[in-house]
Amino acid sequence: MSGLGLIGVKVGMTQIFSERGERMPVTVVAVGGCRIAQRKTAERDGYDALQLAFGERKVKRLNSPLRGHLAKHQAGAARWLREFRDAVAPKGKGAGDELSADLFAVGERVDVRATSKGKGFAGVIKRWHFRSNRASHGNSRAHRKPGSTGQCQDPGRVFPGKKMPGRLGGKTTTVQNVAVVRVDAERNLLLIRGGIPGAPGGCVTVSPSVKRRGESGKKG
Amino acid sequence: MNLIEQLEREEARRLGGRVMNFAAGDTVTVKTYVLDGGARRVQSYEGVVIARRGGNGVRSSFIVRRASSGETMERTFHLHSPLIESVTVRRHGKVRKAKLYSLRSRSGRAARIPEKLGRKKEIKPR
Repeated sequence: MSGLGLIGVKVGMTQIFSERGERMPVTVVAVGGCRIAQRKTAERDGYDALQLAFGERKVKRLNSPLRGHLAKHQAGAARWLREFRDAVAPKGKGAGDELSADLFAVGERVDVRATSKGKGFAGVIKRWHFRSNRASHGNSRAHRKPGSTGQCQDPGRVFPGKKMPGRLGGKTTTVQNVAVVRVDAERNLLLIRGGIPGAPGGCVTVSPSVKRRGESGKKG
Repeated sequence: MNLIEQLEREEARRLGGRVMNFAAGDTVTVKTYVLDGGARRVQSYEGVVIARRGGNGVRSSFIVRRASSGETMERTFHLHSPLIESVTVRRHGKVRKAKLYSLRSRSGRAARIPEKLGRKKEIKPR
């Protein structure tokens, strides 16, 4: 099972109670229809990986290279493709076969990758958690400004990596080491503790946690 | 009904499908399980419901205010929490607001709530 995860769609958040009566915030991820596409091998592709396909799309909306690729691996018209490095398919499963939510066990630790919500062009306070300037006492239209960006003639330039305003969000973000609280194999749902990047309806990649490989529910 | 709503309904049903058969202004006794050095025992807490939140869904809660000799306490309970053994209505209060936060600035006689008498139908918990 090494390294194999699932692709899903973020459904939304809710809350459930554990046996001990603790209230837990959970994010629901729907993984139904996640299927194996291509198996990449070191000899042919330079590395070992398993490519999974997820989601539906009209065939006529696919460009022809993708159409050919998906047809070759019997993966149907998929919306998203994701690769899992060094992943091995479960026994008896090959190209085109669907994977189910019970790939993960309750209590297993996973990493979740998704595109975070785009915040647009954001100032330094929102983007880098700068402190805002004084509200009064003579402050002249500089409440949320970044202030000085460096020194004077020497060095005479702004150092690379200086935190400045710019695009925020809309990037691939990973939350590491989060627990799977419930697995609904019937409806192919994963309930993962806490929040997950991105808006509901977005593509989410769930893979075994890199941090706690040995301790996970199923042995890798 | 979307999937989240459906899951919340199922979760509420799994936890016994408790329903709030009381309103703001009512005096209730809430019995909760507390873990006391490994042993589980029941503790009761009586007071006035000053707010209900979130209908009867899994995410719903209510606040119970207890005023006893100089010290007032407010506790939020989650309706579907498995730690709640039972909620019993002691007295129906006659109030005209859904949220009784104004009680916080009152004490003694000013914090009294008249009793609502002759309530025809009790709402039976499922």
